[in-house]
Amino acid sequence: MTDFAGTRMPLQYPSGIAEEHLAVRERAGLFDVSHMAEFRVSGTGALDYLRFALLNDAKKLRVGRAHYTMIPNDRGGLVDDAYVYHLDETGWLIVANAANRGAVGTRLASLAKDRSDVEVRDVSDRWALLALQGPGAALLLDRLVDVDLTSVRKNDTLTALLGRAPVRLARTGYTGEDGFEVFARPEDAVAVWTALTDAGAEPCGLGARDTLRLEAGFPLFGHELTADTDPRCTPFDWVVKDKPFAGADGWSDEPGCERRLVGLRLLGRGIARQGYRVLRADEDAEVAGEVTSGTVSPLTRDSIAFAWLDADLTGADTEVAVEIRGQRVSATVVDLPFFRPDARVS
Amino acid sequence: MDIPDTLRYARSHEWVSQPEDGVVTVGISAFAQDQLGDVVFVELPAVGDEVAAGDAVAVVESVKTASDIYAPLTGTITAVNDALENAPERINEAPYEDGWLFRLQVDDPAAREGLLDADAYRAVCEEEA
Repeated sequence: MTDFAGTRMPLQYPSGIAEEHLAVRERAGLFDVSHMAEFRVSGTGALDYLRFALLNDAKKLRVGRAHYTMIPNDRGGLVDDAYVYHLDETGWLIVANAANRGAVGTRLASLAKDRSDVEVRDVSDRWALLALQGPGAALLLDRLVDVDLTSVRKNDTLTALLGRAPVRLARTGYTGEDGFEVFARPEDAVAVWTALTDAGAEPCGLGARDTLRLEAGFPLFGHELTADTDPRCTPFDWVVKDKPFAGADGWSDEPGCERRLVGLRLLGRGIARQGYRVLRADEDAEVAGEVTSGTVSPLTRDSIAFAWLDADLTGADTEVAVEIRGQRVSATVVDLPFFRPDARVS
Repeated sequence: MDIPDTLRYARSHEWVSQPEDGVVTVGISAFAQDQLGDVVFVELPAVGDEVAAGDAVAVVESVKTASDIYAPLTGTITAVNDALENAPERINEAPYEDGWLFRLQVDDPAAREGLLDADAYRAVCEEEA
């Protein structure tokens, strides 16, 4: 167990991070992510408001659709990254990181305060959130709900009954696998968890959640993304859409990107952990970057990492070194993601 | 928790076998491997290294964290468990057998008596659990 953003959470269940990771890649794993922060945005001005508050363009979302987005701050960086769901004509849900609940709430409220056509409410405590992830997720869930999931596409969201519990389902997640997130009332959370695990979903903790998202090439706020990150210098630059947004004054027209966020694969032994220095591969071994996250993929056994790297080194296959406990370990720049479920050998 | 009575233990969770001709085998306890989780890399000392009790001589790295392993006694490294290079999971599966780390020719065999016995080590684990 560990304390995470004010919530007591399991880092792993008895089967361990590696087993849990493989359960999600091969079968179906279940994460309790009820700690996530949720904000309900509603009103006739909600779309206009969201287009201004968020970097991705909510205008692209029809009712029943969701997408990944980021919340910019006023100084050219980020408040958080998030998922936004279009629930009904004038109703939206933003799911953000638990650690940023306060900052996101403050940001969203300040942008809404002069508008009478938008209401923003922190509804984090009104929703339990379970993430059922893996190639077996859809089949497993389909037997438990009153809706046919075969026509539900990635990033769709809809309401359903799971047993007797009213839930909101979304074909979303943060593992790189197919899967669903299940929003349930807190009083139904245990029943929903039990129904899913009884049906074969394997409990997974924060540790596997981190190794899975890293392997899938997804950023984590506090690691790859921070209050100072210009997302245009990351592989997630596609989130930034060409439209006005709150905080745009703090952004340069053209990002400098002296460093860019890349994926690394280590050729030697060890894990490149957050804060480790990345060095040039030549004799001078000058500092050329810094690791933001790293792990060993339980699937491939590759030692993989995200790192900020001097822009001249960011081409695929460029050789660098990561300093691990005083020793230089060779690494190469690789394309993201580190693992692609659709390329799986089955 | 499996804490064999025949072994001695360091407070930093290494176990030390009974000496044979002044040579002890060293590994990490079942409690330590459980706390670390899935071990993915091991860095071992070199045979011939002279080490002092308390020196960081090896690293066991899991997905969660990298943990220094300390020499529990002063002496010379006589063997290391090379098999861990390709099968570090042995530390999780059999910490007192196939998961051993290194062997040490100890300068003062009597010093082993200064380490924790199984009961004293069990108390340390209960404190930290």
